[in-house]
Amino acid sequence: MYEIPVASARLDPESAEWLRVLAGAGPRREAALARLHGMLLRIAQAEARRRGPRMRITGPELEDLAYQAAADAVMAITAKLGQFRGESRFTTWAYKFVILEVSAKIGRHYWRRPDVSLDAEDWDRLPGRFGFEPAQESEWRDLLAALRRAVDTELTARQREAFVALVLDGVPVDALAVRLGSNRNAIYKMMFDARRKLRAALAANGYLTHHTPGRS
Amino acid sequence: MNGWSALDRFLRTDPRDVGCAEAMELLHVYVDVVASGAPAEQRYPGIAAHLRACGPCGEDFEALLAAVRDTTD
Repeated sequence: MYEIPVASARLDPESAEWLRVLAGAGPRREAALARLHGMLLRIAQAEARRRGPRMRITGPELEDLAYQAAADAVMAITAKLGQFRGESRFTTWAYKFVILEVSAKIGRHYWRRPDVSLDAEDWDRLPGRFGFEPAQESEWRDLLAALRRAVDTELTARQREAFVALVLDGVPVDALAVRLGSNRNAIYKMMFDARRKLRAALAANGYLTHHTPGRS
Repeated sequence: MNGWSALDRFLRTDPRDVGCAEAMELLHVYVDVVASGAPAEQRYPGIAAHLRACGPCGEDFEALLAAVRDTTD
């Protein structure tokens, strides 16, 4: 049995029922777990099918990923049932677990692809990453040269490594977090600081002040 | 979106941005507010700022919102 800290009066009836049954025992709990698993599996399958092809995950591998995500989400939900504070509907809280499981599993799967590597540092990719047209190179050449200089001179080694992986190599944030033994939040914070530094460096040299969004 | 605006968007940072950890911690709350039609961006400006800037968290938000809407239709 779990200790439920949420006042049942705060919960909508459906959430209260989920919580009551899952916190209990016996066949009703087993039936509720099976129903929850079925709901989470459908969400995992839909999300895996949506994201998978972009990450070159297809077929049985994709189905396996969805099943694993649903099973792991059910385990996490039952383990953390006492942490549900009734701030949302129970099902929304539960669905979050399976969405985050799918994200994490797809991130880990990235490095199984034979064509990915962090070894290359191909700066010729930089214009394409932001959609700069080769035909207009004379307009953006100096800007991107300044950006590259700023990456080299303003960023820490770790920030530079993350910039190269995320921007030049197109590595997804979750996959980079796995490779660096980090997490999404830490990578984001590191890049948040890096982006501020790069903007400041470009602005100090007059680039971003002269070329604002919407410029054709 | 042209290269200039894409680069400008990439380099733009919002001081209200709460980061991934806090955004994911409250994502279910934020999604229920959005699904209800209430002004989630006004109630949670830091989360809204983060979801605009962070691709992976934005994708998780869209996925959770779609799951909620699909199961309540």
